[in-house]
Amino acid sequence: MDSLCSKSLQSGGVRFARTVMYSFAVLALILIECYPAQAIPAFARKYGLPCSSCHEAWPKLSPFGQQFKDNGYQLGNDRDAPIFQQAAYWPIALRITPNWHLERQDHVVVDGANGENTALANITTHGFDYTGMDMLTAGTLAKNFSFLLVPSSDETGAFHFESANVRFDNVLGTPWVNIKVGKFELDNLLSEKRILTLSANGGSYQNYHFQPWLAPGTPSPLYGFGIGDNQLGIEWMGHSANDRTRVSASLLSGTDGNPDFQNGMGNAAGRAYEGFVAASQAFEVGSLGLQRVGGFAYFGQAPTYPEYTQSGAPIDGTGVGNEPYYRAGFIGMWYLKKLDVTTMYFYGHDNVYLATGTASNGGSSALPSGSHAPSWNGALFETHYTWSPQLILINRYELIRMKQQALDSNPGDLGNVDALTFGFRYYPFINSRAGFAFHNEYSIVWNRKVQVSPVTGLPIDLTSSSLFFGIDFAF
Amino acid sequence: MRNISNLKFCLLVASVFVLPSGIRAQQADQAPAAKPSKHMESHIGDLTGHSEAGAKLYYRYCWGCHGARGDGNGENAPYVTPEPRNFVAAVFKCRSTPTGTLPLDSDLYNSLKRGFNFTNMPSWIALTNQDRANLVAFIKTFSARWVAEKPGDPIQIPTEPKLTVESIKHGGELFQKLECWKCHGQEGRGDGPSASTLTDSNDQPIRPYNFTTDNRSKCGRTNEDLYRIFMTGLDGTPMPSFADVVKPNDAWDLVHYLRTLQYNNPSPELALWMSTPEGKAIVEAKKVENTNTGSGVQP
Repeated sequence: MDSLCSKSLQSGGVRFARTVMYSFAVLALILIECYPAQAIPAFARKYGLPCSSCHEAWPKLSPFGQQFKDNGYQLGNDRDAPIFQQAAYWPIALRITPNWHLERQDHVVVDGANGENTALANITTHGFDYTGMDMLTAGTLAKNFSFLLVPSSDETGAFHFESANVRFDNVLGTPWVNIKVGKFELDNLLSEKRILTLSANGGSYQNYHFQPWLAPGTPSPLYGFGIGDNQLGIEWMGHSANDRTRVSASLLSGTDGNPDFQNGMGNAAGRAYEGFVAASQAFEVGSLGLQRVGGFAYFGQAPTYPEYTQSGAPIDGTGVGNEPYYRAGFIGMWYLKKLDVTTMYFYGHDNVYLATGTASNGGSSALPSGSHAPSWNGALFETHYTWSPQLILINRYELIRMKQQALDSNPGDLGNVDALTFGFRYYPFINSRAGFAFHNEYSIVWNRKVQVSPVTGLPIDLTSSSLFFGIDFAF
Repeated sequence: MRNISNLKFCLLVASVFVLPSGIRAQQADQAPAAKPSKHMESHIGDLTGHSEAGAKLYYRYCWGCHGARGDGNGENAPYVTPEPRNFVAAVFKCRSTPTGTLPLDSDLYNSLKRGFNFTNMPSWIALTNQDRANLVAFIKTFSARWVAEKPGDPIQIPTEPKLTVESIKHGGELFQKLECWKCHGQEGRGDGPSASTLTDSNDQPIRPYNFTTDNRSKCGRTNEDLYRIFMTGLDGTPMPSFADVVKPNDAWDLVHYLRTLQYNNPSPELALWMSTPEGKAIVEAKKVENTNTGSGVQP
């Protein structure tokens, strides 16, 4: 009896440890995925400009930095081509963030007195850690031929290509024709790759990655997409000489930026193309600064089933039965001297087949009864107070509200999200050689009704939070 | 002994009061007539720039090259060629005012907006108009010249006469007569016999402008900009003002001729010149094909 009991306890302990491990593995994965990519001291070295020229607070771009990027990493003073640099100049920079962080999540299902997965617990862990590393290499191959290559690793050193593209700048001598080919960040005005927050919960924009839940405790069958993710395709981008007017349109493969026609979620992919358009206009308001308003839309389609071999095995990269989804929004970036506020309205819509994970060929499977194409509204308010180029205070609040659930049986607020993040970054020095910041952040995310209580059987909220102190450096 | 002690005491007292006054007098002789003002304004059209606001921008964007004191000795200056501008000396190349005088605020404002081709100074067109005006005001706090002197009166630029083949040819003759070729070279490539000996006011080597590279000169790309450069000169460089030796119509002829040297950039002057057998032969002889290095500089 004793031995049986101890065996049972040991088994429960192992499962508990496994549950905790999985929870934090997910958090770690989020942290890796959310790590911002772009702050490139190699440019500062090339041009002799301090970080604060191109960045209001790196990695967030200033209007000057945005124009430099839009011009193909060129200042336009005819010193941009590599031939004008010392032969020893190598356009590469590295970035990593050693840190201490604390992660807390409530309502984690654990083993209880009544057996496996019968209780809820709040889980907290903390310790010293480090993020993945970005190798940022970018610049010009020749005048009006620019490139960006970012081999990026997770904290174990496993690499992938975050960005890999070539851009033909000022084609036909006009800034209105720039063509980019490869893997690149969408022309998001609010760049997730230049996000000022780094923690597991605050290191990404909730609106950029949200997909509706199928039911409480059952995530949507993901088709692999995030508007904040870098995508594979071709982009046309045009801008006025002073960068006040910006427009872009992209044709993308529906693989969420993954190679080999895979969508990264183990789902059928390939042979699906998607589109993204964005436009914005900036205008000056006296001494307040440069205001910008714009809009964007992503029109996607994803396959709902693959083609099969004669023996019934799915064939990679042969997704068929494409069904549509889209995201759209408006954004405003408002400057009141040192204070700036970014506001964004976001709308999302998924096809019912995608939302319910149903093959759309009408054959072997049918839509669940009471199913609908889900839709939702979202908003973001992000505030910065740039005390000086060396100190920026950060605050962000995001919300997502479901408008239409995928199933009639779902609670109306299933999947609703509230996310609050605040912190500050302090840059003790600013020069044209390297970047260094003390990063301090707290973030908390509330997900409504996404968990099913093993005690009551009812949907309950999940809350997760992060406390993050890091030393963010790039050189 | 007592008298001697009294004498020593008197000398000591005298030294305490007299010597410092002498030193002060010497310092006064050396001191500039005015000190830089910490509070300056700039006026560009309807815009009024304020140095206090400009200071914050300067220490965000400019100090790395131009230095915290505006003397062109920023920590990045050793790696910058040509050297960053020294705002303490307050000598500026691109002016609409006569040589030796201070530029207008709008001259500095336009320089910030335009940048300087073939230097590390980029165009700051992405900044707001107000920010550029504030920066101009702050730049003026570095030199006492802005307190002691007023900017010169801008030169008058007469209406450009009609473009003719004769004006281009006459401009070519002036190019020879004024010995522009000594620095800029016979083909305008910046490789004249004196080119390698030229230095700026800081004794740093400086290259004459190569007309074949672009249609942008340091101080602008329009015909009026070229005209203005002849007449005002580029202070701090070997490029003198020709205001006293070139008549306005002659200056316009010179502008027309110089445009034909920019054979990689279409212009009405080049088109007209190419329409003549003589012009076509000259331009064709200069062209070097199949040598695109991707640098943007044409051979």
